[in-house]
Amino acid sequence: MSNDDLKKRRVIGPDGIEFEVNPMEDYFCTERPHPESPANRILEKFFNWARSESVWILGYGTGCGAIEMRPLMTPRFDAYRFGIQWRPTPRQANLLMVSGYLSVKTLKRVIRSYEQMQNPKFVMALGSCTINGGMYWDSYNTINRLDHYLPVDVYVAGCMPRPESILAGLEELKKRIRAGKGEGANAYIENLDWYKANQKKIIKDWDMPDYNW
Amino acid sequence: MTFHWMQLVYALVSLFIVLNVGLIIQGIVRKIGARLGRRHGIRWYQLYLDLFKNYAMRSAVSHGIMFYLGPVFRLSGGIGLFLFMPVIYGSVWFQNFSGSGDLILLTYFIFFGTLGMALGAGESGHPYSAIGITRGLSQTTAAEIPLILAIIAIAVQYQTLSVTDIVAAQQGGILNWTLFTNPLATIAALLGFLGSMMRSPFDVVMAPQEIPVGPPTEFHSNFLAVLQTNRAIFPMAKTILYVNLFFGGATNWPVLIIKVFLLYMWPVFIGVAFPRFRVDQSIRWFLRIPTLIGILAILFI
Repeated sequence: MSNDDLKKRRVIGPDGIEFEVNPMEDYFCTERPHPESPANRILEKFFNWARSESVWILGYGTGCGAIEMRPLMTPRFDAYRFGIQWRPTPRQANLLMVSGYLSVKTLKRVIRSYEQMQNPKFVMALGSCTINGGMYWDSYNTINRLDHYLPVDVYVAGCMPRPESILAGLEELKKRIRAGKGEGANAYIENLDWYKANQKKIIKDWDMPDYNW
Repeated sequence: MTFHWMQLVYALVSLFIVLNVGLIIQGIVRKIGARLGRRHGIRWYQLYLDLFKNYAMRSAVSHGIMFYLGPVFRLSGGIGLFLFMPVIYGSVWFQNFSGSGDLILLTYFIFFGTLGMALGAGESGHPYSAIGITRGLSQTTAAEIPLILAIIAIAVQYQTLSVTDIVAAQQGGILNWTLFTNPLATIAALLGFLGSMMRSPFDVVMAPQEIPVGPPTEFHSNFLAVLQTNRAIFPMAKTILYVNLFFGGATNWPVLIIKVFLLYMWPVFIGVAFPRFRVDQSIRWFLRIPTLIGILAILFI
């Protein structure tokens, strides 16, 4: 899809009737998101415990990090015993696991996936590529610091981090959620303008609404 | 049968018990599967946590009224199936509303949820949902045929459509069970049972590796939580129906839970032993031997 396809225009339908198409209005929801306030204190504590013990991962397998997720979900390291499961759709997942460098092209997809997840949601970034660019820090085509584009909850350092360190990172994430610090989704919406400005600096062919519902 | 308000309380109590039994049995079965695969696997109470987590999600995106009603229909299919049959034979508490509906109503409820989901998943606009639900409907329809034939067979055998009467006729010893008085109907029904339990070889509908989770692709947060609640209730309700029809019912909870667990393990065993069918293969499979056995069951009553 190019940017021209998203422009408002008049088209002639198969039955010969001319009508107006405005893809941004017709196909997308252009509404701005709003932060969701937590439940009352006691209930939220219980919910946070449930959230921390039932983490559903949307694996964004970019770079070399995806290869470390397989031992994590199979018998050797078996993350399922800690309440960590993989879901195939962003709608049902809570944790976006970005597993390596992000090129300009993949950044767009990762943003779309993240925005389709439901509040509360968390981001875990693996490897030095997401922290400071790692070995690709001076590449013409990759971003250096994921924190500028998405609210990252936990970084796991390494090149690549082994499954043990990812498990340690997940434990750290659980502690954060239980402490009520897993409010990345609301932080993202509150600072949406700043995040969007950063994202648009990188993504030149912006052919989607500002927030992908 | 007259209606008393206390029946409502009894029904809610039995619904609550069966929800918990469903969650725990499924957790334990997944645990057993994991241990067989030499993993630790999920904790046995993990399904509770997933349920709480999904009910506690703060936001949800709806695609319209039918999208909203899809999970509701699905859940009412499961609850309806459960509420219109006796859970514990001879118990005042756990009779539910079994006097108000018969086998025909129950077979309708088995199908009702899938139809509701079809409308809901269709409105989500996601192609995987539509593919998933098309596969689901075709396969469920094929799997219903042996079951319906078996139900006709036992209705003719006992000369009644009331589940309570069928259970009553099976009391007084293991040899009075339909399993022994009408083995052909039992076999046909058990083969049809495989098709609706969402386990291999008939789980291509929900297959995570082939089309991401099928019909519930777009369902999330509370919608998914309602579906999960139904996934705890519906298989249990269906298993209890089978226990009532073919395995002599139960006169107390321990017997019921043992029978339900053993019967639940039947599709599990088949599932771990056989690879997945495509939908066209599974439809052909259901329409051959199980259907033939079902027809024989009617002929040889």
